Amino acid sequence: MATLEIRDLHVSVDDGSPEPKEILRGVNLTVKAGETHAIMGPNGSGKSTLAYAIAGHPKYAVTSGTVTLDGEDVLDMTVDERSRAGVFLAMQYPVEVPGVSVSNFLRTAITAVRGEAPKLREFAKEMRDAMENLQIDPAFAQRNLNEGFSGGEKKRHEILQMELLKPKVAVLDETDSGLDIDALKVVSEGVNRFRGGGETGVLLITHYTRILRYVKPDFVHVFAGGRIVEEGGPELAELLEAEGYEKFVKAGASA
Amino acid sequence: MGLDTKPLSTLHEKASYEVADFAVPSGREEEWRFTPLRRLRGLHKGPAAADGKVDTRVEAPEGVSVERVGRDDPRVGGVYVPADRVSAQAYGSFQEAVVITVPKEAVPSRHISVEVKGLGAEGAAYGHTVVVVEPLAEATVVLHHEGSATYADNVEFVVGEGASLSVISLQDWADDTVHVSHQHARLAKDARFTGFVISLGGDLVRISPTVAYDAAGGDATMYGVYFVDPGQHLEHRLLVDHTVPNCRSRVDYRGALQGDEAHAVWIGDVIIRAEAEGTDTYELNRNLVLTDGTRVDSVPNLEILTGEVEGAGHASASGRLDDQHLFYLQARGIPYDTARRMVVRGYLGELVERIAVPEIRERVEAAIEVELDR
Repeated sequence: MATLEIRDLHVSVDDGSPEPKEILRGVNLTVKAGETHAIMGPNGSGKSTLAYAIAGHPKYAVTSGTVTLDGEDVLDMTVDERSRAGVFLAMQYPVEVPGVSVSNFLRTAITAVRGEAPKLREFAKEMRDAMENLQIDPAFAQRNLNEGFSGGEKKRHEILQMELLKPKVAVLDETDSGLDIDALKVVSEGVNRFRGGGETGVLLITHYTRILRYVKPDFVHVFAGGRIVEEGGPELAELLEAEGYEKFVKAGASA
Repeated sequence: MGLDTKPLSTLHEKASYEVADFAVPSGREEEWRFTPLRRLRGLHKGPAAADGKVDTRVEAPEGVSVERVGRDDPRVGGVYVPADRVSAQAYGSFQEAVVITVPKEAVPSRHISVEVKGLGAEGAAYGHTVVVVEPLAEATVVLHHEGSATYADNVEFVVGEGASLSVISLQDWADDTVHVSHQHARLAKDARFTGFVISLGGDLVRISPTVAYDAAGGDATMYGVYFVDPGQHLEHRLLVDHTVPNCRSRVDYRGALQGDEAHAVWIGDVIIRAEAEGTDTYELNRNLVLTDGTRVDSVPNLEILTGEVEGAGHASASGRLDDQHLFYLQARGIPYDTARRMVVRGYLGELVERIAVPEIRERVEAAIEVELDR
């Protein structure tokens, strides 16, 4: 069973200033297959930095700590190696890639992750079925990746990629933000399908409790000041809903 | 302003059939300052000895006439007057011109192929080609350049009323070739012209595609794709001269550069004269810089002499591969090199996929793959 382990992770961002700015200040977290962890926190608390650091974005530098997947050192891997090892990041802001069609992109990614090219016909069917599940018009297969997609369409495509690539652990970086309620339900169903088998872990980063009504977390972590300041079960999300982040922000600042 | 004084554009005003009317360029002139004159093998100094050898073979479908004519044929120089010294040198030096005529209302079953093959880079060669598309006819012409040459030529496209001409000029030269070419299109009322310039090979290639309109309703689209390798100089100088009302022009040139001294030059001149009300024009140049050591000069010039335009704009952007694109693709398991290829292929592919002749499109796609393998 897959386990993603994050130990005492410190991460700085290169924002162009002379001194790199430390964003994550000692994060500890273990995500096992079959578990769904929600990370909640105010803007600027470092949630997205955690997501990018796990995926290996070049702008973020890990200054100390470890990230392992089933004991393998994730931080030692290139971005594409991490993905092939089974780490997936659903991006908050998926980029538009001109001239690269969705279908070509998906086929190339699947080929890379599975280690062999899927048969054309099987791939076409697999893609069509996955798109149908997410209520994506099949015409999108021929469109340029994310180009001209609405916010909701981009997020559905992130979930589409997750379902096709079948990672061991998926990190969803504010996948719910900017979605209307219908799109949120479709995306949530996708996440539930993905974790339904019980063999995958989910790390759901969100600002709002709304998505947690559709994707029930096993654990809730409150993020503030670059670290986890409170942990609990689903009831913690309800507390946050009622009381807000204020007291945790203070806790993060004083820590 | 008196009746005699017409507001003159500052762009490309000088034109003559006589070499002597143009001074030998020093390299400081606006139209020559980006071109390494030393590598022109004397084409700009003239008279460069015309002892080079370039073979031109034309294959045309039935119904299209192909003639070899002398210098005195009235169709030669009919719509184009040389605009710089090399062009005038070519005009004054060619022996025999090719005249291709697509008769009125004809729609040939396949494209007309003009194979221009250089048989050696020593000695200069000169050429002249005229393509006449008569009213309401529709045709596609492929100018395919290959081999080794020192070659200067002028090409005239005469597009009749309501006619449509699509031209693909492929510069697939060997590494030692110098090619300086003017490709001028003259559009009659409601004529359509699509000019596709693809420059891949050659030591120094300088192509000047220009468009002029005779009457309203003319529509010109000019695409360009180029891939510049170490030491290569690929230069494209466009001029669209809007002299009559209600015509349209679109320009989209995209290139990639890799390696030391890879030099791309793009000049995009558009003039909208006082008479050219209702003009709709947009021009774009993008350069993708794949390595250190390359150089891009991209200069759009838009000169507008009337306030009554439908649309007028330009854009130029040169930059490296976008890290965000690469990160996104890599985050889906795609290795760096594959991701890089996908992005470059996609960037050029948006134009390449518009090449209407499948065998040329496949050839260009394959050539881009070879470039990416280097």
